[in-house]
Amino acid sequence: MIMPPVLTIMIFLPVICALMITIIRGDKGDEEIVEKNVKHLSLFGSLFVLAFAVFMYANFDKTSSDFQFVEKVSWVSAAGVNYHLGVDGISIYFILLSVFLTPVCILASWNSVKTRIKEYMIAFLILESMMIGTFAALDTVLFYVFFEGVLIPMFLIIGIWGGPRRIYASFKFFLFTLLGSVLMLVALLSLYATTGSTDIPTLMHSTLDVEYQKWIWLAFFASFAVKMPMWPVHTWLPDAHVEAPTAGSVILAGVLLKMGGYGFLRFSLPMLPHASMYFAPLVLTLSVIAIIYASLVALVQDDMKKLIAYSSVAHMGFVTLGIFSFTQQGIEGAVFQMLSHGIISAALFLCVGVVYDRLHTREINRYGGLVKNMPNYAVVFMVFMLGSVGLPGTSGFVGEFLALVGAYQASTAFAALAATGLVLGAAYMLLLYRKVVFGPQKHKDAAAMEDLTAIEKLVLVPMALLVIYYGVFPSTVMDRVAPSTAALMTHYKMSHEPLGYNEAMLDTMPAAGENSEKRSGS
Amino acid sequence: MEILAVFSPLVAFLIAGLFGKQIGHKGCQFITCAAVILAAFSSVVLFFNVVLHPDFTTDHSYVHVLARWIESGTFKTQWALRIDQLSVVMMCVINVVSACVHVYSVGYMSHDPHRGRFMAYLSLFTFAMLMLVTSDNLLQLFFGWEGVGLASYLLIGFWSHKHSANAAAQKAFIVNRVGDFGLALGVMSIFVLFGSIAFEDIFANPAQYEHTTMSFLGYQFHALTVICLLLFMGAVGKSAQLGLHTWLPDAMEGPTPVSALIHAATMVTAGVFLVARFSPLFEYAPAALSVVTVFGALTAFVAATIGMTQFDIKRVIAYSTMSQLGYMFFALGVSAYAAAMFHLMTHAFFKALLFLGAGSVIHAMSDEQDMRNMGGIKDKIPLTYALMWIGALALAGIPPFAGFYSKDIILEAAWADQSGVGFFAFWMGIAAAFMTAFYTWRLLFMTFHGAPRAKPDVMSHVHESPSIMVTPLVVLAIGALFSGYVFYGGFVGSAYKHHGEVHAAISEGMENARHAPASEHGGEEQMETAGDKDAEPEETEAMTGLQKLEVEAEEIKEEVSEIAEAVVEEGKENLKEIKQAGETARELLTSEIKGMEGAEKEGGRPSDPGLNLWSREFFWHKSIFVREHNDTIEAAHSVPLWVKYLPLFVGLLGIALAYHAYVRRPEIPARISASAGPVYRLFFNKWYFDQIYHAVFVRNALRLGKFFWKFGDKELIDGLGPDGIAWASRKAAGRLSRFQSGYVYQYAFVMMIALVAMVSWLVFRVEPIQISLSPGQKRVEKSTAESPVTVPSILELAPQNERPEEIQE
Repeated sequence: MIMPPVLTIMIFLPVICALMITIIRGDKGDEEIVEKNVKHLSLFGSLFVLAFAVFMYANFDKTSSDFQFVEKVSWVSAAGVNYHLGVDGISIYFILLSVFLTPVCILASWNSVKTRIKEYMIAFLILESMMIGTFAALDTVLFYVFFEGVLIPMFLIIGIWGGPRRIYASFKFFLFTLLGSVLMLVALLSLYATTGSTDIPTLMHSTLDVEYQKWIWLAFFASFAVKMPMWPVHTWLPDAHVEAPTAGSVILAGVLLKMGGYGFLRFSLPMLPHASMYFAPLVLTLSVIAIIYASLVALVQDDMKKLIAYSSVAHMGFVTLGIFSFTQQGIEGAVFQMLSHGIISAALFLCVGVVYDRLHTREINRYGGLVKNMPNYAVVFMVFMLGSVGLPGTSGFVGEFLALVGAYQASTAFAALAATGLVLGAAYMLLLYRKVVFGPQKHKDAAAMEDLTAIEKLVLVPMALLVIYYGVFPSTVMDRVAPSTAALMTHYKMSHEPLGYNEAMLDTMPAAGENSEKRSGS
Repeated sequence: MEILAVFSPLVAFLIAGLFGKQIGHKGCQFITCAAVILAAFSSVVLFFNVVLHPDFTTDHSYVHVLARWIESGTFKTQWALRIDQLSVVMMCVINVVSACVHVYSVGYMSHDPHRGRFMAYLSLFTFAMLMLVTSDNLLQLFFGWEGVGLASYLLIGFWSHKHSANAAAQKAFIVNRVGDFGLALGVMSIFVLFGSIAFEDIFANPAQYEHTTMSFLGYQFHALTVICLLLFMGAVGKSAQLGLHTWLPDAMEGPTPVSALIHAATMVTAGVFLVARFSPLFEYAPAALSVVTVFGALTAFVAATIGMTQFDIKRVIAYSTMSQLGYMFFALGVSAYAAAMFHLMTHAFFKALLFLGAGSVIHAMSDEQDMRNMGGIKDKIPLTYALMWIGALALAGIPPFAGFYSKDIILEAAWADQSGVGFFAFWMGIAAAFMTAFYTWRLLFMTFHGAPRAKPDVMSHVHESPSIMVTPLVVLAIGALFSGYVFYGGFVGSAYKHHGEVHAAISEGMENARHAPASEHGGEEQMETAGDKDAEPEETEAMTGLQKLEVEAEEIKEEVSEIAEAVVEEGKENLKEIKQAGETARELLTSEIKGMEGAEKEGGRPSDPGLNLWSREFFWHKSIFVREHNDTIEAAHSVPLWVKYLPLFVGLLGIALAYHAYVRRPEIPARISASAGPVYRLFFNKWYFDQIYHAVFVRNALRLGKFFWKFGDKELIDGLGPDGIAWASRKAAGRLSRFQSGYVYQYAFVMMIALVAMVSWLVFRVEPIQISLSPGQKRVEKSTAESPVTVPSILELAPQNERPEEIQE
């Protein structure tokens, strides 16, 4: 069977939709119809992309660790830059997450966004294609274009449709991430200069000087750490979340934060194994600080979104902890934690959005006793709260626990400190839930709020089911992730073998890589 | 069968939880009760299939694998049901008590608007608890462990409009999480040490790790001790042992059936189950066992002291629960796992009975829980009164009620352990037994006797509960009456019929030795008796005479005579020998079992007159592991008489004191509490645990959180980072800021230009690195890579855009 260029289609379909939206026009008085058409077009466009992603998922060979659905076209031939796409067991899930959350966002904005709906939808569609591109790119230049490209629609979404301090927040967001990204660009250019290649699979198997690796690693780290975000460069996240519209927060927490972790897995670990090991204590320390620090800060928040934002920082701490434990459990746990957090935190922001749309405040104390008038809301919120707490049987547990198992093998002390996150995480989430959902109904307006609408149910119920499904049957994901992480681990371990291996690798690996690409690409 | 026993409560929960509106309260109540009763019957069937199988001598346990769960590298877990003696006993206790509580709740919650949901939660709890006890690996155990925590959280906070209920629910979850923190680390340690978390692999051969050390938090420790202590930390949380107990009394905010099911009969005993399940590891970690003993003993004592001073009827029973859990733990600590399980079972019956009885009282008294407002209702609710008496007698350990058998074997085992911690536990347990009897009768007298202290309108409403509430009480009362007597043999009885004679003979020999050292005559007697035991199984012919016996005894078992000699010579260390004699008996038993197995293979029925089939060896098989020299239960059967009768004596004393203080001279307690000595205040304020924890942990965590947020994030990171840069560049930019239009598109445009400028600048800058990597050029890169603050171009180009929006705001 000849595989259609699925990845290209998925990247460009949203762009085409966005273009089509620009030409939707109506006479005066037809604004409503235009808006409706815009919404429908973007929804069906994104659903179409989702369908392609499911098609790709169904045809994904779960036994292989190679890149699949590979497309390779020469782009800037003078520099040897290719339009090179492909997915492996790790990136396919991030693509699925992106294309799943985009229609969710569009639905979440269905009634809550009132101004500039056209531009809003265009921004989201462009964002979707950039996200897919980031996770599918197998060329550093292409990767950088997409990676940076994500910033612009996100910047606009916060800056235009955000809350009162949106400008401050959007610039803070932009500056933080740009600062890191620029350093990454330096690293990518330097890598090109050293190895003469922009091809990610080639770079993954190249061997670099140990001292040189450290500098490149730091440059990458600057970018990925901001994106994660790791302590102490996390302060942009609470502001960005608080000001962003609901859908913006969903994408931000659901997908954008995962780009950092993905970067570590795609660049730092395979390309710079020695530097990764060298800096691992640093990363582990920062991770543990992030978990404890952010959890404690979350404990004292009065703003629902800020609380969840800080909880994201803590949860991402488990991701970096797992990745830099250099064990298979740790890395698979990190991947799973990112996917699970992508659903859970996105859903938690949607839950905040549900009540925000009704009462227009995020202040925790303005709510209370919602279980009476919003029982369905209380149930779905409960599922996501428990997922965030990491209750076994929800997806949140699997990743968190595996990451800890990995970390424990690397260092018992780090694992023990990080495991305090289990206690603190329960504390702040239960506090939030108790104040919002339980207790007496102090405020009349909060007590009068309607339960979930049909659209809200349509969005939240499948997500709740996913959280439970992946908590009970995580092997559906793990089976596909495992070959890629196993290969990553093998590569990582072999590169730390004493001399002799590296030279041999240089000769054989690129050739092997090309072969495998051809096989899976055809 | 096991599927039915475990999953029918889950199905009921899903139906009642998801379709509660459609099927109504009646539907919810019916489906949940039916499911749990079905599960109870299934577990009883399992009990007959696995534990009471006619073929006693074979192990009938098995594992039912359901599906894969988390798999990552060598870390593999499954959803599986482990059906062995230990889990089946737990399943029976859980399902029977749960069925009673389900039925009772139909009556108790009949006026609650959310009674359908309540029933659903009860079923969810039952399911999680069943998953916990049937797990075949540590992670599924953890699933059940946290699952019961969730159900407990939901049920404590069931009356969610009550502030105190929500606070208690949250506290229960978080305090339990502290314990779970230890348990999780324990699971990881086991994975690191054993390379697996499946029970099969862990219990296969723990002895090989007896001397292994592992690095934990940077130090080398005895591996199994670390693991066992971490697991025990989980048990401390879940079973409300001293240190992490503060949630249990508060958990009484939940409806009374919840207290009976979760906070007395089942969930809180999960810790006991955990330690018993991990007996193969604890047996090789004697230091951990000592810790367990001390914790258990202290808990039993401290909880009893608090229980004497409380006035809330449910809190008194809650502290009593905590105290009884302490008993179970020190039983575990002295390796009397079977005794702990025995007490777990009897306690489940009589404590659930007491709680539900208290619920019946509260129901009758129009939701009054303070015993100071009760009194004089015994004639109005005679049935409840009688059932409470049964529960109280069982709790105080008065024969022939269930608690007598289980509590006594625990105390005897503690004494028979003959170690420092064992004696400590014994005396703490005796003290607690006295207090238990006292506060139990204090409760009975205050609640039912004397003059009515409630308001007349409340008193006029006092009525016996409907039969749907009383029937489960009767079922539990039957358990509280007979479970001790009936199951004594199976849970803790000795397999060797003549063990009593052996021990009696040895004790006699020792007594002789003590009074007349090195009396050969005593030694010979000893030998004869012990030899008798040996000869019997191995000789098919009838014994012909004393002469022949003596010869045979010498021939077959040299070591028996050695023991006897040792007994004669070292009469002072008599008790060590008692233990050794127990060991010898076990050795004999093992050989007998082997012989019988052989006989069975040949087609013959095992029928040995020297063997007691209704005994713990054939009851537990391999599900509980005790090393021979730790077998305190065997030794407990031959403790001195005063050890056997002391608990009963102090129990009767406690009752007498309570009678004196609350019936004959009711002014005494008031005088004591009025004078409020420091000891009384310490007890009444629950040893100040809550206050200390609040001051040390809660307040400091919040303070630290505020500090990190306001100072760490706002002042330090943002101050030195974006805001500081913004401030600096505002100064620098000066009037340039007027350029700002306020349109985001323009900003974005400027940002893009800045980006392009940056990129082009950097592209040229990095050019030299392409050629070579001499140290000098590395420094060039260092300046860009190492610290963000030293990248000048960004600061110059970008932040000027940042100014305006602040000004505009």
